[in-house]
Amino acid sequence: MRILVCVKRVPIPGARIPVTADGMAVDDALLGHTMSPHEECAVEGAVQLVEAHGGESVVLTLGSADADEQLRYAVSMGVDKGVLVETDGGDWDPQRTATALVAAIRTLEDEGGPFDLVLFGNESADAGGFQVGIRVATALGRPIVQGIKDVEFGGEVADGSVRVQRPTGSASERYELPLPACLGVREGLNLPRYPTMRGRLQARRAEVASTAAHDVGPGGQSLLALQSPPEQVSTTEIVGAGPEGVDRVIEVLTELKVLS
Amino acid sequence: MILVLCEATTTEEGDEVLAVPSRQALTLARDLPGASAGVAAVVVDDGEVDVDEVAEDAGRYGAELVYSLEHDLFARYGPETWGTALVAAISEAGATVVVAAGTDRGGEVLAHAAARLDLPLVANVTEVRSDGEAWDLERVRWGGSLLESARLESDCKLVSMLPHAVDAVALDEPEEPELVEFEVELDESLARSCVVDEVVTSTGMSLATAPVVVGGGRGVGSAEGFAQLEQLARLLGGAVGCSRVATNNGWRPHRDQVGQTGTAIAPTVYIACGISGAIQHWSGARSAKHVLAINTDPEANMVQKANWAVIGDLHQFVPALVEAIRARLRSPSTPLRSTHASHVVPQSSPARPRGGRHRAGGHRPTGRALRRRRAHRHGSRGGRRRHR
Repeated sequence: MRILVCVKRVPIPGARIPVTADGMAVDDALLGHTMSPHEECAVEGAVQLVEAHGGESVVLTLGSADADEQLRYAVSMGVDKGVLVETDGGDWDPQRTATALVAAIRTLEDEGGPFDLVLFGNESADAGGFQVGIRVATALGRPIVQGIKDVEFGGEVADGSVRVQRPTGSASERYELPLPACLGVREGLNLPRYPTMRGRLQARRAEVASTAAHDVGPGGQSLLALQSPPEQVSTTEIVGAGPEGVDRVIEVLTELKVLS
Repeated sequence: MILVLCEATTTEEGDEVLAVPSRQALTLARDLPGASAGVAAVVVDDGEVDVDEVAEDAGRYGAELVYSLEHDLFARYGPETWGTALVAAISEAGATVVVAAGTDRGGEVLAHAAARLDLPLVANVTEVRSDGEAWDLERVRWGGSLLESARLESDCKLVSMLPHAVDAVALDEPEEPELVEFEVELDESLARSCVVDEVVTSTGMSLATAPVVVGGGRGVGSAEGFAQLEQLARLLGGAVGCSRVATNNGWRPHRDQVGQTGTAIAPTVYIACGISGAIQHWSGARSAKHVLAINTDPEANMVQKANWAVIGDLHQFVPALVEAIRARLRSPSTPLRSTHASHVVPQSSPARPRGGRHRAGGHRPTGRALRRRRAHRHGSRGGRRRHR
């Protein structure tokens, strides 16, 4: 079993997200960084599948040299190898990103054999384009389903398929995709582990391959400016915590017609 | 021609209508540049949807034409089959703009079409600002915590609309759309990514559409602590949600998580109990019309955002509220204060006059409350807990 996970380095925002003076980027000078939460679950999922079925897991990211930190974090969680597809760190649109990922995946497969599964986060935490995984899968001619919260090879490895589920409110849709396949996974797939001290030490020494991104130039979507949303003005009425507060809340709920 | 990918749903009364986000997408579409050339709704006929009824509803929201896409494989949802079908419809209609609501399916199907056509797709758009060759538009990043102005340059423009970015507004004079049944040719091998089957995981109310959401966070303290929130939600005809802390601690299943990586909610009122209101949580709750926060910390972000805040312990306040609502539902004509007869009522300083207007609510016919309660007797949670 060979599994690839694609991750993205994103800042960890505080109470609000600061924007640079020119409005073209998040001012992350004072922020820590992480991978998107969906992707952390994808990494955990890959590690668990390889633990259960054997094989190898690889983590790949497209971004600046700083993204080495996220690759090593994934390795500290148990992924075998990291690959950095290096850019200048600017804001790449989804088409440009997907094209570079497809080229990088083809190179990795030429060198090390095909991936049975390529995992993406459902969407990145920052840009939230909801499409890079679908573009990559389509270019590779592989099936992909988004929103996955359950992945299982189970007894089906022999016939080369993966059984997955995605919740849709009150139900869960089940899919059975032939391998090789791609998945967009969501947080809730699992509870990602904290790396062990040993894992962290190994990750520090691990070899992370680096290659320049295949760049076809910008696609049809471009960033003009970023802006914080206007502060939602709400005057908060402080309601007492005692019985009079209960009465006031009932009054409010009645006014809102959620209680008759 | 503007194409709008629409999803159907069945109302409680059994009527087949467009899902609210699809109505919103049509509302947005009819004001877009290029709308003068016509707006068409696209519905995938899964064999169960009543296409005539849905087309009529699409007409109310501005569709002059409705394409019903037909193929045996559509009986089961499949992102690849539906995406390919949308590509065929785009070509059939000669569409220059394609809009979908940014729902799980809407966003996914549109992205599959974009990938197959290698066209740009701008996701979660809230507004289109210019009407030149290129569009300037507004979209959200970080689940709505950051706004982006973006430019879209393409002969055929694909956008998904952030659900609830605009309100669905029906036309005063509905269109009477022409219905076009369009047989789609499909590569049968794309059945590989169709739904195999569906398992009902919860018979309760859907979090995303619940009119009331009672949310719990760190302050709830345990899985058992959510019982009182469940009771409150049931009495109000709502659903229980939670913050990431609650799922990470295993108190609630992940499907209850409200936030950027969980469910986005848009209730009439969000009752946030013991939730500090971190940015990732708030981005899933920002579409709530009103917020009532119950928190011990007056400085909590959620309290700042709330319309009403109870500064106190939810473990005391929520059971008292549940008890008071129960008493009220038992005898709706009971004046507010009598439920606390045993308490010594302190003279609340800026006492609002409690005139007949508020009490009048209690005198209303009780049919609604009774019906709601009955509905929820069957609404117990049937879900399995995820094994971690």
